[in-house]
Amino acid sequence: MATRAEDLGGGEPPVMAAKAYQWPDAGGHFGPYGGMFVPETLMHPLTELRQAYARYLGDPDFLRELDADLRDYVGRPSPVYHAERWSRELGGAQLFLKREDLNHTGAHKVNNTIGQALLARRMGKTRIIAETGAGQHGVASATVAARLGLECVVYMGEVDVARQEANVYRMRLLGAEVVAVKSGTRTLKDALNEAMRDWVTNVDNTFYIIGTVAGPHPYPAMVRDFQSVIGREARGQMIEQTGRLPDVVMACVGGGSNAIGLFYPFIEDPEVAMIGVEAAGDGLETGRHAAPLCAGEPGVLHGNRTYLMEDANGQIRETHSVSAGLDYPGVGPEHAWLKDSGRASYVAVTDDEALAAFHGLTRTEGIIPALETSHALAQASKLAPTMRKDQSILINLSGRGDKDMQTVARLEGLQL
Amino acid sequence: MSRIQRRFEQLRAAGRTALIPFVTAGDPTPELTLALMHRMVSAGADLIELGVPFSDPIADGPVIQRATERALAQGISLRDVLAIVRRFRETDNETPVVLMGYLNPIEVMGGEVFAQAAREAGMDGALIVDVPPEESHALVDAVKAQGLDLVYLLAPTSDAARIEAIAEVASGFVYYVSVKGVTGAGHLDVDEVSSKLDAIRARIELPVGVGFGINTAATAAQVARVADAVIVGSAIVGRIEALAEEGQVERIPAVVGDFLGELRAAIDETDHGDQHG
Ligand SMILES: Cc1ncc(COP(=O)(O)O)c(C=O)c1O
Repeated sequence: MATRAEDLGGGEPPVMAAKAYQWPDAGGHFGPYGGMFVPETLMHPLTELRQAYARYLGDPDFLRELDADLRDYVGRPSPVYHAERWSRELGGAQLFLKREDLNHTGAHKVNNTIGQALLARRMGKTRIIAETGAGQHGVASATVAARLGLECVVYMGEVDVARQEANVYRMRLLGAEVVAVKSGTRTLKDALNEAMRDWVTNVDNTFYIIGTVAGPHPYPAMVRDFQSVIGREARGQMIEQTGRLPDVVMACVGGGSNAIGLFYPFIEDPEVAMIGVEAAGDGLETGRHAAPLCAGEPGVLHGNRTYLMEDANGQIRETHSVSAGLDYPGVGPEHAWLKDSGRASYVAVTDDEALAAFHGLTRTEGIIPALETSHALAQASKLAPTMRKDQSILINLSGRGDKDMQTVARLEGLQL
Repeated sequence: MSRIQRRFEQLRAAGRTALIPFVTAGDPTPELTLALMHRMVSAGADLIELGVPFSDPIADGPVIQRATERALAQGISLRDVLAIVRRFRETDNETPVVLMGYLNPIEVMGGEVFAQAAREAGMDGALIVDVPPEESHALVDAVKAQGLDLVYLLAPTSDAARIEAIAEVASGFVYYVSVKGVTGAGHLDVDEVSSKLDAIRARIELPVGVGFGINTAATAAQVARVADAVIVGSAIVGRIEALAEEGQVERIPAVVGDFLGELRAAIDETDHGDQHG
């Protein structure tokens, strides 16, 4: 599967044709991570999905359809923008932004939902389900469901339903049923649990569109492949604009889909450093955060082995982040492997640092970023001043901040 | 011969179908779980499945989810569950106990440490819901090295190849999930179950238990006609919940015991009828 990812649109010639990096293996493992840790009922549908995905990834007709949708419906390619004023202000490396915020629905999530929904239709499924935290993946799923005429049910933790009202309304406008999940911590992880339960119950007609590079094999590889259009485009755009590859590629990491989408096409360019930015919440030392790679241990959750936030008894811990989209106690297994193998490094920034970066970019560049994205921006603003002016950092601007107006206003004591 | 094997041999010799109740350990308290286990045995349970609470039980419906939350609210850990089994074994050395749960608590303890602690506590086997044969090599080795059985789920979606893969790693018995769904789902179709059991028995020699969706004596009797074991979970846990909410915790063993007694009688009647007809 991995070797065919270059077929998934993006213009750039197939740079990964002779890849030495071949993860995952046939069982979906990235080193010791990943795999298929699901109840028996789901093993057969996962096999069907694997086979369908392998088949359509080599089907020119499917790839043409996907390419056309990414171009005409999503608006790809998204630009790479040189943030000159911000770069000058920081006084170091040049900062470039991959503008996924300009996609239809306002984030990178739609790259993946388009791919999976087209696959669902080819597999003859009539109903799609999705989990969502911030609501971005839910909106992206409801959007493609509306367009393809598929029934759509979105699971969302009760806590997130309350803090992302606008997105809940968007999903309902689009015709999706939004189910508020009341179990466990009532956030993203519990929404994922509930979606899995739905899938077990309705496997015959239902396709589960997972929103990030988590879940059982083949999801981490499949979502990565669909999101890799980000990095493929950006690689060519950076060469075009600067004559060379960036020194650093950087992205926020919730489940890790926008990060892997940017990183993957650079994985065999050793001169390009890859940095993922997790949510440190109130600070790693407080325990109130959502940074499993920086402060967790390996374990098994939601179908794969990866780094988790868990207690000494193996129970999954509650997470905290100002951004609902990063509020997840696990992370895609490929990131766990990239961390252990040393190919990528992972850091975490606090709520306060992310909020400062949110305001910073808004004021200097006139771009209002999502709170998730603001974590990557915060790290970039720490790193850039330590680098030379002829060096560059490419940041994935994974989404726009419109959905976060309420949250930010409330933090400033305003009621919109 | 393992305690589970021995139990199924005895049942087979007597022409009886096993009755296997499931309860979540520590719901509503560890002391009550212990008393309940003994009461269930005297009411006719042949083997006990003890659920290990996990924060993210993706295969469980609302009833067992809430039981899990009640147990976790008191901080029940895998070690606490093993402690309950150790105390159970002080007075019952015959009834097999199978732990049912999810991988992460075991993973954190370490597979070998877990297997050894489980054997020392008097546990007989484990059914790890989110570990299919594809992912279980290390666990199989650790568990079998301690002489414990590893029980696997089979589902309506398991085709011949999957049944064969499970035949290679399973021991003790296998557990056929009678419906596509989570624990506590309704609508079990006995004819459908029966034809699937034929496909399973053609490839697996172990006894086959059937569970998910058995909530009345009548369904238990129907299932007993085709299965080697009748497994009942949510219907019991729902009774525990109702009494716990009414503040009548002390009545739980008696009420659950009476319910199991009804199931036992219905199953015995079926077994008896089969022998003569
Ligand atoms: C704009 C944006 N960025 C990032 C994320 C985090 O997800 P991932 O790590 O999969 O990219 C989300 C999730 O909702 C998001 O909405």
